[in-house]
Amino acid sequence: MKARLTTAVMASAVALGVALATPASAKVEGDTIILGSAISFTGKYSTNGIHAKNGYELGVKKINEAGGVTVGGKKYKLKVQYYDDESTPLRTAQLLERLVNQDGVKYFLGPYSSATTKAAAPIMEKYKVPMVEAEGASRSLFNKGYKYLFAVLSTSEQYLASSIALAAEIAEKNGKKASDVKVAMAFENDPFSLDVRAGVLEDMEKYGMKAVIDDKMPRDLNDISATLTKVKALKPDLLVLSGHSKGAATAARQIKELQIDTPMIAMTHCEAAKITSKFGEATNDILCPTQWAETLSYKDDLFGTAADYDKLFKATYEGYKNVPYQSAQATAAVQVWADAFERANSFDVEKVRDAIAATDMQTFYGAVKFSEAGNNIAKPMVLRQIQNGEYNVVAPSKWASHPVNWPRKAPSN
Amino acid sequence: MILVQAPVFNVQLLLDGLFIGATFALAAYGLALVWGVMNVKNLAQGDFVIMGGYIAWWLGTQGIHPLWGLPVAIVVMFAFGWGIYVTIIRRVIDKDLFTSLLATFGLAIVIAQLLNLMFGPEVQTAESDFAIRQILGVVTVAEIKVLAFVLCGLLALAVVIFMKKSRMGQAIRATAQDARAARVMGIDTDKVYAFTFSLNAAICGAAGAMISMIWVIQPFYGISYSIRSFVIVTAAGFGNLPGVIMAGLGLGMMENYSGFVLGAEFQQATVVGLLLLVLVWRQIQQRKLRQVVS
Repeated sequence: MKARLTTAVMASAVALGVALATPASAKVEGDTIILGSAISFTGKYSTNGIHAKNGYELGVKKINEAGGVTVGGKKYKLKVQYYDDESTPLRTAQLLERLVNQDGVKYFLGPYSSATTKAAAPIMEKYKVPMVEAEGASRSLFNKGYKYLFAVLSTSEQYLASSIALAAEIAEKNGKKASDVKVAMAFENDPFSLDVRAGVLEDMEKYGMKAVIDDKMPRDLNDISATLTKVKALKPDLLVLSGHSKGAATAARQIKELQIDTPMIAMTHCEAAKITSKFGEATNDILCPTQWAETLSYKDDLFGTAADYDKLFKATYEGYKNVPYQSAQATAAVQVWADAFERANSFDVEKVRDAIAATDMQTFYGAVKFSEAGNNIAKPMVLRQIQNGEYNVVAPSKWASHPVNWPRKAPSN
Repeated sequence: MILVQAPVFNVQLLLDGLFIGATFALAAYGLALVWGVMNVKNLAQGDFVIMGGYIAWWLGTQGIHPLWGLPVAIVVMFAFGWGIYVTIIRRVIDKDLFTSLLATFGLAIVIAQLLNLMFGPEVQTAESDFAIRQILGVVTVAEIKVLAFVLCGLLALAVVIFMKKSRMGQAIRATAQDARAARVMGIDTDKVYAFTFSLNAAICGAAGAMISMIWVIQPFYGISYSIRSFVIVTAAGFGNLPGVIMAGLGLGMMENYSGFVLGAEFQQATVVGLLLLVLVWRQIQQRKLRQVVS
């Protein structure tokens, strides 16, 4: 009896939910288009979640200041409705359901991190509402056939792949074969870092390079001295590391401590871990990939060049010495939305989705053009080298502002 | 293979293992104390360690050398431990095992989240700016690690002497042997418990302050130190101080060796696997001693 009652209550709740759901056309209030986002303001992703939010807000502000978005001959303003997902994927999914069902939002900006985006994507598919995300790079987001997920950033397997190409280039310049390059790899055992590793392996295979060390660091490991001792013993030509900020901080500290003299070291998250200010000279000549840098010559009509965006961002938000790429790509996601609304010239969800899929634009963040799978294929990852405490773009050569320093000077006292 | 061809790398691994093992041993000793005396299994042990680390790091950001964080962490954590005892532990100490486990687990979550709210989720490191020495050609030794090792030893020694000589130390040992008898003899066991718990927090604080200078800290790293402490205490037994120290140092070295030989992914798995072996072996050993009571 009780079970039947529960079923009845649930059924009526579902029916009520369906009845309350707004029609498929969209969420436009007066002259304002509402975008929805469940993003991390608290919990472990909070720092970057707030960077992303600042990026979204700057994009919205600038677009609105420039007159807004024209649809059907009428000007509309943009506005983002946020919820805090507390850095947990489960909350992200719940809150997105809430945005769709209770708030009637049909256009979405992404959460921060691959894990939460992974939870978001099935919700988008279920309700057939598009999301332009800027902070989930895992390639597992783009091999599931999702039709409503679009990402402006480069996917994670591209992060360190360019360092392999660079190592091959240097080896050949020094009269050695690319296939002679010995690579040491240390990657955290999490989806993001393993994607990065997969990209590195792919490129190593292309050049016929060998991995002499291939260690996977557990999530809560804060000591890699055993791995680095192996590096000392086996003397590889290239050391690649990835393990979020904690991996970068641990690696930088212990590379300094163990005086690792590998001629070329590449790692992710250098900026986030602030390794230059913490470990000073010892970090010189380390290579760090980035989605975006303010020194790149990308530009658009709204923000001007990458450097202009950098200046505007610093003037708008206090406390930023460097503009995180997380913010820049978030802004680009808002630009994609504005552009898609104008081209669709409609608020019909399907028409807007198709317009997003057909995006082909230049932004201060780089070019945006989506593959069938929804990832951005027009923008490369760039590799920067720490040179005297400054991050300078050294690869790919088309965007390089400085020549690469090789071999790396080993840290000493 | 390499270890045989170039034995000098053994030195590096052994030294790194010893240095880090000393801080493990310190934190585990605190756990053994609380476990043995109060029969409370403190799951927030690792979070006390991380708190100590943040104290040293925070002083570092204020322009004070993080080494001063060591005494500060000891004092602050002692007071913190006392507060936690009065507000939480006192209420669960005579309840069953699960109540105290749940309470300290909750405490662990609260501490981690508070640290996250106060300092943010980034990884932090406190810089001692001490030199790094090179010995035997390729082996590097950071002076701060040696210093941390020595300090750990001194602290452990101080605690041992305190337990042996002081009135409070004697009272703690008496309570550990038989709380009821101790009460009959006029020992204020509530105060003994409070002191023991605070002493543990202070020891953890000291270990954390050193960890922030030789490794990295992050609000959510506590759990790995809790696990290590439990592994060490389980392997050594909680009445056994030399055992705890040996197990701590051994664990540090084992981690380094298995990381080197099998790869970082097996570093902690090996340690926990070893614990299993120790437990199985103990079980077999004790079966021989077991007698049927009729």
